[in-house]
Amino acid sequence: MSALTDLTVAEIRDGFRAGEFSAREVAEAFNANVSAAKALNAFIVETPEHALAAADQADKDRAAGSLKPLSGVPIGMKDLFCTTGVQTTAASQILEGFTPPYESTVSQKLWDAGAGMLGKLNLDQFAMGSSNETSYFGNVISPWRRGDGDNAALAPGGSSGGSSAAIAARLCPAATGTDTGGSIRQPAAFTGITGIKPTYGRCSRWGIIAFASSLDQAGPMAHSVRDCAIMLEAMAGFDPKDSTSLDLPVPLWEAGLSSDLRGKKVGIPKEYRVEGLDADVARVWDDGIAWLKDAGAEIVEVSLPHSKYALPAYYIIAPAEASSNLARYDGVRYGLRDLPDGANLQDMYAATRAAGFGPEVKRRIIIGTYVLSAGFYDAYYTQAQKVRTLMAQDFAKAFEGCDVILAPTTPSAAFALGENVDDPLKMYLNDVFAVPASLAGLPAMSVPGGLSKDGLPLGLQIIGPAFDEQAVLNAGLAIEERAGFKARPDKWW
Amino acid sequence: MSVDLTTVKKIASLARLAMSDDDAQALVPELNGILHWVEQLGEVDVTGVEPMTAVIPNTLRLRDDIVTDGDVRDKVLANAPQAEHGFFTVPKVIE
Amino acid sequence: MTSYRIQGATGDWEVVIGLEVHAQVVSQSKLFSGAAASFGAEPNTQVSLVDAAMPGMLPVLNGECIRQAVRTGLAINGQINKWSRFDRKNYFYADLPQGYQISQLYHPLVGEGSLEIDADEKVGIAQDKVIGIERIHVEQDAGKLMHDQHPTRSYVDLNRSGVALMEIVSRPDMSSPAEAGAYLRKLRAILRYVGSCDGNMEEGSMRADVNVSVRKPGDELGTRTETKNVNSVRFVMQAIEQEAKRQVDVLEAGGKIVQETRLFNPDTGTTHSMRSKEDAHDYRYFPDPDLLPLVLEDSFIETCRESLPELPDAKRKRYVEALGLSDYNARVLTAEAETARWFERMLTASAAIQKKSEGDVAKAAANWLLSELYGALNRLGKTLEDSPVGPERGAELLALVADNTISGSIAKQVFEIMLETGDAPGKIVEERGLKQTTDTGAIEAVAAKVLADNADKVEQYRGGKEALFGFFVGQTMKAMQGKANPQMVNELLKKLLG
Repeated sequence: MSALTDLTVAEIRDGFRAGEFSAREVAEAFNANVSAAKALNAFIVETPEHALAAADQADKDRAAGSLKPLSGVPIGMKDLFCTTGVQTTAASQILEGFTPPYESTVSQKLWDAGAGMLGKLNLDQFAMGSSNETSYFGNVISPWRRGDGDNAALAPGGSSGGSSAAIAARLCPAATGTDTGGSIRQPAAFTGITGIKPTYGRCSRWGIIAFASSLDQAGPMAHSVRDCAIMLEAMAGFDPKDSTSLDLPVPLWEAGLSSDLRGKKVGIPKEYRVEGLDADVARVWDDGIAWLKDAGAEIVEVSLPHSKYALPAYYIIAPAEASSNLARYDGVRYGLRDLPDGANLQDMYAATRAAGFGPEVKRRIIIGTYVLSAGFYDAYYTQAQKVRTLMAQDFAKAFEGCDVILAPTTPSAAFALGENVDDPLKMYLNDVFAVPASLAGLPAMSVPGGLSKDGLPLGLQIIGPAFDEQAVLNAGLAIEERAGFKARPDKWW
Repeated sequence: MSVDLTTVKKIASLARLAMSDDDAQALVPELNGILHWVEQLGEVDVTGVEPMTAVIPNTLRLRDDIVTDGDVRDKVLANAPQAEHGFFTVPKVIE
Repeated sequence: MTSYRIQGATGDWEVVIGLEVHAQVVSQSKLFSGAAASFGAEPNTQVSLVDAAMPGMLPVLNGECIRQAVRTGLAINGQINKWSRFDRKNYFYADLPQGYQISQLYHPLVGEGSLEIDADEKVGIAQDKVIGIERIHVEQDAGKLMHDQHPTRSYVDLNRSGVALMEIVSRPDMSSPAEAGAYLRKLRAILRYVGSCDGNMEEGSMRADVNVSVRKPGDELGTRTETKNVNSVRFVMQAIEQEAKRQVDVLEAGGKIVQETRLFNPDTGTTHSMRSKEDAHDYRYFPDPDLLPLVLEDSFIETCRESLPELPDAKRKRYVEALGLSDYNARVLTAEAETARWFERMLTASAAIQKKSEGDVAKAAANWLLSELYGALNRLGKTLEDSPVGPERGAELLALVADNTISGSIAKQVFEIMLETGDAPGKIVEERGLKQTTDTGAIEAVAAKVLADNADKVEQYRGGKEALFGFFVGQTMKAMQGKANPQMVNELLKKLLG
């Protein structure tokens, strides 16, 4: 493994600018790691030429003195972002072979910023999952293994499992993820990396294959808080093609980074200290509290009284929206078409969708269709949206008394692949700490906090008020500096 | 509220998901488990609470009435499973 | 109350009718996409990636469509809802690429309003009647399927997919096919006055879904059926009559009316049950999460109100009260925006040329337009829009009569020549020497000759046969080739006859 692939985004950017290496060298190094890591199954499609072309352009730009924010930096692109001329599948058979004639706003912004694409990263199918076990293209295997010699294949988290595995294995220095109910934060926590879901509306959703429209947000995943700030600045911004896009200037988050938290208050939500909380998780949480105190913050207790209702509300709202968003996958205009003999139009729909969607996707479509159906709409959907309002009010009230909230990211370290597939409900409970911030649309990030007794990463989550990614990043930086998390997975692939 | 096989089949049909009786039957306990779990939302006192209509308070922007798009038939048809003479084609529908 | 009844074996039945009109909004681009909204282009060329429902596409609202819908709402005295929202109506069909239609169920843009239909004894509408309108909401139109191009395939064209529609829902206040026809005509006229929809039913820019139920007078409302996408006023009236009769037959035979969707067949003039597009009609409406609630400012609504033209009812009132036209003429002239516009151009020109007030020239202009011009247009098979004689020319013609340059009968001749040649009336009169003579000496000489040549008749006239006066007038006019001022001829003959 070349030393170049150990560098962070900031180190690549700055080292390249300083002339320490060429962009092509960087791209070649990561391309080599990518092609040597097929055992992880992190990529659905590899695009080494795209990375090299961007690298060559960066080298030219450097010579001409016209560098861009991410010149020289190759990244991975979650296969939920539509990329022109490059297969985009949402990890589903129903889109196998689909080649968009258009580019998502977020990915275009990254290419415009000078970044190159190493490939399309694997994910849970249609972003539905917490372990990357629902992909049509096979599971992503975490580069991490338990420390006791246990060789069980572990989940990298989901839905951005390809992104987290690839970064942790140094196949790319950074990647895009999307977070609907924790899909950036939870895989980041499982693989010992950093990821942030910004305020809802901060990044455009145009060209991102929709799962749950009122929850989906793109965000960066990388090795450090600084890297996330750099990436997020390139990804964020108002898009007139997205009606939910925030019309606000993009703050200079990297320049605003400061781990000095004097005068700041950190809220600890009492409802998250659940009975039976994993001892390692609790320990890392306590460490986090100590670190933030050390950084100058005052620690206060806050209450988010409706916390326990967040997951059930999410599992009504997200499937409901998904059941409608996925209606367009019908075999008429793109993607798979299954036309049995003698089938009429409606038969074609039913056969295509049955063949093309995986079981978890079908399960959520059925749930979503059910909760929206006549007679149940008020009891389920309307009720869930009211509870959602209450959750948002909980946070707003809590933020009257603190600047950021600190909590664990997940209730446990990574589990083994296959451990939870038979019990959807158990799988859903993985998102218990992550979902509340999604429902309220608030910025939230996960930073590595420590290791479990099995030697697996555990993450700490910082949640901030709407529009205050800076406070979240700063608290994250304070933890990062003190946690000294240097653990890496041993290369077995 | 709980579902039975008939309900699951009806919902699957509404969602255009062809499903064998066995698969539908397997979904029954799964769905009932999930539905039973989400039903705890009914415990919450939502008196006077409005359902959320905008995640982050924001108003709907109106765009100008100018033609800025279209005339991209090649792109629109590029991934079509079946297309002819500029149309998408589907099995014939009788109305 | 209307007297329209379906006569059944067990007695008379009342008909209850509601109409849902889908009116395509006049706009350059579509409701949620920037593709063009016009008619008749090559298939799938007016389709954006959003219209094709490609993965990751999102809707963005066209402000002009909202402006037109608000203007329409104001024109029917509707309640403009400053807060409204878009909902998804979910179902599967090949003309619906998203698998849902963006519409407004729970909170429409416009609430209750109304319009008035005119009394028309001839078709059983005894007096002017107010028809309530429940709501107007804005929604996407669907694409088009063609089933006759291939033996085993249907063709999908998405050009129309996403075009803005206003759905205008009436209350079930109509009780006869004639009332329904009158409502549709009035609604169409209002839409065309406002300019928010061209009302062209043949081209499909205005379509009606017809809800019909029957009951014995005094009974509860019966079960209704819906006949979809009827595309002419005549067919709507036919469909109502057929459907009401069918329902009466079913009920009198002891059956029940099934609440269902039906289609009208223009060839047979009957309705038949449609194979349902979507079982159980469970559309699972929920607020579209890709859009936010629509909030309108008072200033926006006021600007819409100020932009409205004088509407048909107000215009008709003005024509009667300020211009002195008959109620009937006023109704005919204001029935269509184009007619009123043409008339008002002629009125303005008339008043200017004759240096009189509009009130002084209106009657003559109206009469000429409604009899002379319409008579000619009917004969030539033309409409007002392609009339060979324009309103300003018509005004010139009337001015020549008003200032006695030519007589009324000469004017008719001149008009014929105008229709043929397109020349100005003044030019025609000059070139053909059609000016009316006001030279009393000349007229008197000719009149005297007529009397001299018809001494016997003069005797009879003096003896009491007063009707012969007309003969003398006619002969004198003939001798003068119609170019004598008739009034003068009258006076001079009276003088001569003593």
